[in-house]
Amino acid sequence: MRKTSYAAAMVEALRTSLANDPHVTLVGSYVLGLGPKRVLMDPIRAEFPDRLYDPPISEAALVSLGAGAAMAGARPFVDLGTGSFSYVGWSPLVNEAAVARYMSCGRLRVPVVYHMLHGLRGGGASQHSHSPQAMLWNAAGLEIVLPSSPRDVKGLLRTAIKSDNPTVFINHARLMDIEDDVPEDDYAIPFGQADIKRPGRDVTIVATSFVVHAALAAADLLAQEGIEAEVLDPRTLVPFDHATLLDSVRRTGRLVIVDETNLSCGVAAEIAAIVAEEGFEHLRTPIARVTRPDVPTPFSKPLEDAITPTAEKVAAAVRRVLKAA
Amino acid sequence: MATAALDQKTSLSIFERMLMMRHFEEAVIRLYNERQFVSHYHIYIGQEATGAGVLEALGDNDLICTTHRNHGHIIGRGSDPGRALAEILGRATGFNGGRGGALHICDPDKGFLSTSGIVGGCAPLATGAAYGIKVKREPHVAVAFFGDGSLEEGIVLEAFNIAALWKLPVVYVCENNSAGATGAQQGGYSTATTAVESFTRLPAAYGIHAVKVDGADAATVHAAARDAIARCRAGSGSVFIEAATLRWPGSSPLWPELATTFDLDQAFDPARIGGPHSDWIRDRDPLLRLARDIVTQRFATAAQLKARDAAARERIRAAIAFAVESPMPAPETALAGVFA
Repeated sequence: MRKTSYAAAMVEALRTSLANDPHVTLVGSYVLGLGPKRVLMDPIRAEFPDRLYDPPISEAALVSLGAGAAMAGARPFVDLGTGSFSYVGWSPLVNEAAVARYMSCGRLRVPVVYHMLHGLRGGGASQHSHSPQAMLWNAAGLEIVLPSSPRDVKGLLRTAIKSDNPTVFINHARLMDIEDDVPEDDYAIPFGQADIKRPGRDVTIVATSFVVHAALAAADLLAQEGIEAEVLDPRTLVPFDHATLLDSVRRTGRLVIVDETNLSCGVAAEIAAIVAEEGFEHLRTPIARVTRPDVPTPFSKPLEDAITPTAEKVAAAVRRVLKAA
Repeated sequence: MATAALDQKTSLSIFERMLMMRHFEEAVIRLYNERQFVSHYHIYIGQEATGAGVLEALGDNDLICTTHRNHGHIIGRGSDPGRALAEILGRATGFNGGRGGALHICDPDKGFLSTSGIVGGCAPLATGAAYGIKVKREPHVAVAFFGDGSLEEGIVLEAFNIAALWKLPVVYVCENNSAGATGAQQGGYSTATTAVESFTRLPAAYGIHAVKVDGADAATVHAAARDAIARCRAGSGSVFIEAATLRWPGSSPLWPELATTFDLDQAFDPARIGGPHSDWIRDRDPLLRLARDIVTQRFATAAQLKARDAAARERIRAAIAFAVESPMPAPETALAGVFA
């Protein structure tokens, strides 16, 4: 199978979506960020000049615009840029888009995709490094997608644009250059299906988005020590695949959760709660979390490194969990 | 704007919309005072000529987003008053199945997309609806109804900018009920807290065609709305209408009592006017004002209007009965339908 970059795979899904449905439009076209991969969007700009709208810097109005357009039957893909900026649009995100279907008793559909880049990207400091997915998970009514691989980003984006629900599609800023096998034909990956990125019998490591790669690197380190770690990527937080997670923990008996959202009320906290409530009997040792600590993001590299979940930190957590047995 | 005249058919249609609004809202206040529901709600009495004048100018496929003061707009659109009242009472038969309440009534089948309880929230939503109309290459328009307080929210100005940049077919109807608001005159709260002296200058700064009209004069409002909608349908871009309205004495305090109850005879018999709100009844009430105009222009007799009034009262009585007798939603449905 051919290898292609995460960014190129995402562009393929956008192109197919635009070609297949005239009601799909892009509001904001720098969806790959402002790095060198941004030129991959140029062919789309050339092919669909009347389907791309370059908006003013008005995140709040753009979130609402996407919801209103979706209520009127369009399928907008709204780019909010860096996830930290999405907070400017928080009110229409949680007060309009997320609740419209429920509050109208199903009479309104809101098929909009909100796209943002998240995460510790290197020097982003406290206003360009946010990972809003935990807060979004706390606002019922939004599908949340966190693709970690080129293959996943293509298939999950096709599903996101076809979805009749408001969907937040979140890419880590550092995933864009990652290359892997990606099918050339069109395919959709259903939401709510976790993917075992690496099977293993000794411990389950749950991770999403960029830290999946830290988890896989940790599994490589641990394999040299004879520890077989299973790496599970939920791929979507909403809907969340409880069954695959619980089945994995039932087989391994141990759980380490890696995530870039903060420790308190973060993604790892919710996943830990799910297993504690629904799979406590499978656990042979306490759950461990490797997350950002509860601090704003510092700028300077040694400080940023100190709060970043890494393969070494994940491997250390696994060793601690195994020793606790 | 020059004084506009309505033809007979349009006059009577607007009168009908306003009658239904008034009787609906008097019913809401009574039902609240009877403890039939617990919630807050916002009364539109005094502003009906604005909503009815705009709604009269819309087509069946046009889209509407409105604000918390929404009763007049949903009823004026011709939506079922029984289902609207049922929603306010939290019943399963309400437009939102009891999940929205007064502040979130919608009726998408009639293009009534949303009531946003977030001040200013409907303006960017309607702008988005207009974007959807443009993407789908439809000949429709979107309308946002909001009060002057919305112009204190930055998101509304962002929406103006986007609508102007992309020439979106959206009509912004700002019902300015602060200028000369009854509450302010009586030393009560004033809703406008702004340094802006002329609201039309805000959209005009973005190049949006902006007009100011007497919101108590249905004919003037209707003419402005027709012009605005024609501009949108022609692809000329968005329009802003500031309608200067007066709030009914019952709107102050915030939790209204029935300060006056509607009596159509007061339009034709000055001897029936009395009490502390005589000025309102004689000069301000837009519904009585339109009734007088209709009779003066011989579009209908007083007796014919009274027959319409009786019919409207009967429809609202039926709506109340429907709402009060409707079942509450089943608790076990509370978790259903978050996602498609």
